[in-house]
Amino acid sequence: MTVRLVLIGLVAGVFSTLFGVGGGIVVVPLLIGLAAFAPHVAAATSLGAIVVTATAGVALYSVHGEVRPAYAALVGVPAVAGALAGTHMQQRLSGRALSLAFAGLLVVVGVWLIAG
Amino acid sequence: MSAWVVVAALVLGLGSGILSGLFGVGGGILFVPTLVLLGLGQVEAAATSLLAIMPTAAVGAWRQRAYGNVRARAALVVGLASVAGATLGVQIATRIDESLLRRLFGVLLLAVAGQLAFRAVRQGRRYPDAS
Repeated sequence: MTVRLVLIGLVAGVFSTLFGVGGGIVVVPLLIGLAAFAPHVAAATSLGAIVVTATAGVALYSVHGEVRPAYAALVGVPAVAGALAGTHMQQRLSGRALSLAFAGLLVVVGVWLIAG
Repeated sequence: MSAWVVVAALVLGLGSGILSGLFGVGGGILFVPTLVLLGLGQVEAAATSLLAIMPTAAVGAWRQRAYGNVRARAALVVGLASVAGATLGVQIATRIDESLLRRLFGVLLLAVAGQLAFRAVRQGRRYPDAS
């Protein structure tokens, strides 16, 4: 299991720097498909992993002076409120509904990446 | 920066957070274009997005921990391994055409979406309702 988790982390890290995202979009389906996590557990565990990934990323980028704290606060503060609402809403969804909704998100992002 | 841009940033930030809490993603997929809209460069936006992701994911993980959904050891293993992967990603990014890469990633996501949906429909009863 640990080997699979390390593999998932490596893949997530590669996609994170390639596309400037946290990596959750890769971690969640891999935890479900490769590590047999239930959808809610996969989403929750992914958030924990992202905290580690993002912290390392901020530390690396800070050295180059690329991080703009005021702008991060502008989107990050409302996002914290959103995250509270989102996790609350998630507890009311079944694992099946969560998987299907996540698949919908992937389709939107996938089409946007191909078209953009 | 005009008032409507600030309002748009606040709304998009809130939306990113909801997506993050719902699906376990960081929210960077919306943060980066929002920050570019605010006038940041691509690299600045990616770096600043990571800073905004930190409290968003931390609050989400904290709430999910209260619901008993977080596997802390797995999160730590995936998170630490991703730091090594991130270093590798930088090496790849500097060698491959970015637009081709974006399209390949898009195709991969569509394939993953199909697989997830198929699995959810076929094995719907495997996961009990969480509420």
